[in-house]
Amino acid sequence: MQKVYTKIESIVGNVVTVKAEGVRYNDIALVGDSYACVIKLAGDTVSLQVFAGCQGVSTTDPVRFLGRPMMVSFSENLLGRVFNGAGVPIDKGPALTENMIAIGGPSVNPSKRIIPRKMIRTGIPMIDMFNTLVESQKLPIFSASGEPYNKLLSRIALQAEVDVIILGGMGLKYDDYLEFRDEIEKGGSMSRTVMFVHTASDPIVECTLVPDMSLAVAEQFALAGKRVLVLLTDMTNFADAQKEMAITMEQVPSNRGYPGDLYSCLASRYEKAVDFEGAGSITILSVTTMPGDDVTHPVPDNTGYITEGQYYLKGGRIEPFGSLSRLKQNVNSKTRDDHRALMDGMIKLYAAYKESVEKRSMGFMMTEWDEKLIKYGELFESGLMDLSVNIPLEEALDLGWKILADCFEPNETGLKTSLIKERWPKEL
Amino acid sequence: MDIAKGYVTGVNGNLATVRFEGSVRKNEVAYILAAGTRLKGEVIRVNNGIASTQIYEMTNGIKVGDEVQFTGALMSVELGPGLLTQVFDGLQNPLPQLAEKCGFFLERGVYLDPIPDRSWEFTPSVKPGDPVSAGDMIGSVPEGLFKHRIMVPFTLKGRGWKVKSIVGPGTYHVRSTVAVIENQDGDEKELSMVFSQPIKEAVKCYEERLHPSEPLVTKIRCIDTFLPVAKGGTFCVPGPFGAGKTVLQHLEAKNAEADIVIVAACGERAGEVVEILKEFPELIDPKTGRSLMERTIIICNTSSMPVAAREASCYTAVTLGEYYRQMGLDVLILADSTSRWAQAMREMSGRLEEIPGEEAFPAYLESTIAAFYERAGKVRLKDGSTASITIGGTVSPAGGNFEEPVTQATLKVVGAFHGLSRERSDARKYPAIHPMESWSKYRGVVDMDKVEEARAILIRSTEINQMMKVVGEEGTSSEDYIVYQKGELLDAVYLQQNSFDAIDEVSLPERQREEFAVLYDALMSDYQITDKKEIRGFFNQLRQEFLDWHGTLFQTDEYYEQEKKIKAFYKGWDSEKEV
Repeated sequence: MQKVYTKIESIVGNVVTVKAEGVRYNDIALVGDSYACVIKLAGDTVSLQVFAGCQGVSTTDPVRFLGRPMMVSFSENLLGRVFNGAGVPIDKGPALTENMIAIGGPSVNPSKRIIPRKMIRTGIPMIDMFNTLVESQKLPIFSASGEPYNKLLSRIALQAEVDVIILGGMGLKYDDYLEFRDEIEKGGSMSRTVMFVHTASDPIVECTLVPDMSLAVAEQFALAGKRVLVLLTDMTNFADAQKEMAITMEQVPSNRGYPGDLYSCLASRYEKAVDFEGAGSITILSVTTMPGDDVTHPVPDNTGYITEGQYYLKGGRIEPFGSLSRLKQNVNSKTRDDHRALMDGMIKLYAAYKESVEKRSMGFMMTEWDEKLIKYGELFESGLMDLSVNIPLEEALDLGWKILADCFEPNETGLKTSLIKERWPKEL
Repeated sequence: MDIAKGYVTGVNGNLATVRFEGSVRKNEVAYILAAGTRLKGEVIRVNNGIASTQIYEMTNGIKVGDEVQFTGALMSVELGPGLLTQVFDGLQNPLPQLAEKCGFFLERGVYLDPIPDRSWEFTPSVKPGDPVSAGDMIGSVPEGLFKHRIMVPFTLKGRGWKVKSIVGPGTYHVRSTVAVIENQDGDEKELSMVFSQPIKEAVKCYEERLHPSEPLVTKIRCIDTFLPVAKGGTFCVPGPFGAGKTVLQHLEAKNAEADIVIVAACGERAGEVVEILKEFPELIDPKTGRSLMERTIIICNTSSMPVAAREASCYTAVTLGEYYRQMGLDVLILADSTSRWAQAMREMSGRLEEIPGEEAFPAYLESTIAAFYERAGKVRLKDGSTASITIGGTVSPAGGNFEEPVTQATLKVVGAFHGLSRERSDARKYPAIHPMESWSKYRGVVDMDKVEEARAILIRSTEINQMMKVVGEEGTSSEDYIVYQKGELLDAVYLQQNSFDAIDEVSLPERQREEFAVLYDALMSDYQITDKKEIRGFFNQLRQEFLDWHGTLFQTDEYYEQEKKIKAFYKGWDSEKEV
């Protein structure tokens, strides 16, 4: 059914309409040389969203319906390759056409899911020790713009024990994309990485395709038994692209201009995170920049209701308060017997340190206890919170004990006596 | 019956327009034959020979001209024995069976029979010639813990129906005819153990509605004592993300003293449903000694499943609830979250190009929410027994701001409001129900006057705390400081409850009454301590004693000993007793 239509009826925003018959909803067409997707059928009028945008599209451009939904090629050959949002290679390599799979497929049957139970080690103490990342978790990094979130993301990607990394870049600055690529190449991980990159200057529609592309490929790798880590940066750009498209299509906006289905849009992507019984898994780590550092902005707010916790990146560090991995209790009882107690104890003391700092800044008298806390807080921040620290969990736990022993008497830590007897690094 | 046929004329998202011939009812079910599948939909608007149909599945691959089969039947669920312990999607598709058939993914257009294909031990309770009407019992089968009543379909219309024949006691297949009824006009109906019921019509086969006067015990102190829920009442749990809405609902599902619990996971995380799925079968209900799953039905339409079916999932849950209520049981329905359902309505309203209301929600948002919660209630059935449906819904307000339309519309119609607060959950004070902002119109398990006095202390304590932030501890009088400490004590030892502690997780009503009596006495005592450090020390110690008390098993020697110890401790400081 390769009938060519040459009369485009209207061109509005990124959408063209054409009169055609026998077209299926959500199928793909070629408008000129650009791919487009059927987004509305009304009688014989077909609305097509043009991925590359409508700039320069002429009313006499040929429209060819391909009779299939949007697809992406899947094979081992994807590894090491870079594509744009429409699945076209941008690394000068050959186009891939074998084994095409549809994107945006059905969701996983909840009764086939299993309770997540495997930790992903990253070498970052603020993650491994305090908010453990768990296989099949979906977790965003909430960050103000300007924070080194992409650096953090690429570091996690390089250090995480996974088989395949899929990077979905949305609205990336070109430099950021180059940086990502260099980092991954330098880390020697290019051969296990697939990138779908939409840069800030690319057409807006391609931005909204990036997560679906990335996750469709991830799903196939996972079904083939691979542990896949999907990095999506930045989901706020994705949401903004959705907003732009919705508004040009004259949809009624709901909250600050975002379409009413923002939650469903985000959820259907994030919910692809899964651990397949008897096969691999998909873990999603995303970046959500918070406009104006405001967590109640619709994008971080809706994201928070969907994801299983969040990492707050503030001042170049993962903030211990506010950051939360909802799944950590599934795994941190199995790592080392002191993990949970030490995690809770150290955070409580760090909270007390914050109070002392506040007291000091208000000019109140510092007691001996305050001095101890301040020494502790500083050691904690430099030893464990600093993002350049790169140590395995066990070393981080040992370091935690050392910091405690350097600052406090055992009974000041609020930890159980039995644990202290076993782990306290100094003579008791 | 004149059943219409039609064909697709347009598709926009999950809305299809269908040109039809024949008669079409609003809200009737239609199937679109597209891409080799039958996709279920519901007619939501009829205009000029065009039926706007919302499709409960992904609409990829539908094309103009695809055939549409109307059914003439409203969106319905199947009711019959074997529903308990099952996991359904919003359209009552059993998910585990679907997984067996289709594997990891939810294949669209596959609809399985929700009623297990098996036989039951049937005992008739009527005889030929007995008059019957809608909702009357004609026999029963044992379903797990319950005597499952086999009833005349709720939709039976007209009077003067009589039993023509009924089978004797024995084992029959669930779909086989067990009785035949007839009316004066000679119309006959064959009844099996299964019938279908439209989900958007409330079942009204009862004698009268009663006032919800009896508390529904949740074994959560903060709720049962301060913010009670009644059997047949309604309550809502709004809160920002991470405040523990779902955890609280799981606790309620686990511990509430209802006969049947129906959990409707509506547009939320799939992982949370999995926790119930894997955890509940392992847990033993202390009341019955059987697995908790035996009293549970899960309806799950998680956030990535088709949006249109979200709305259906809430109605499916309440219809199944009404079915079990008709058997004289107390049913608790927990919907998580009603905001997602409202958002689904908003999406559909947008596609229908209706004039939007506040935040683009449709104008009928409030009346729809009200109608849903109004299906709760305590009733007296025709056989004289009472039964109830209690509905609790979580609300996920954008930005945690309760001033938004869904929270406000819900607050108008519920009898109790359990507002969760970010500050309390950040401070790890669980359950994070805000004790002052929340309210309840129902009677709790403890003397309400005393509860009010305790609440007054809490309010005063908060005021003093605010003041202290300005003038410091030094600038606060010791009387005020004591009131402040009393409020903190009440919060720490009564409102907060450790759900990870095997003993503290559940607090029975008798225990709540005994503990509250001691706490009340301690709060009302007059302490003549002036030194702030000493006051703090006293209350710290008292708090510790109370927490230790929570750690003892109810009505054991340890429990009574600790009670004595607490009384002796605070009475030692009470000025009047000393004199």
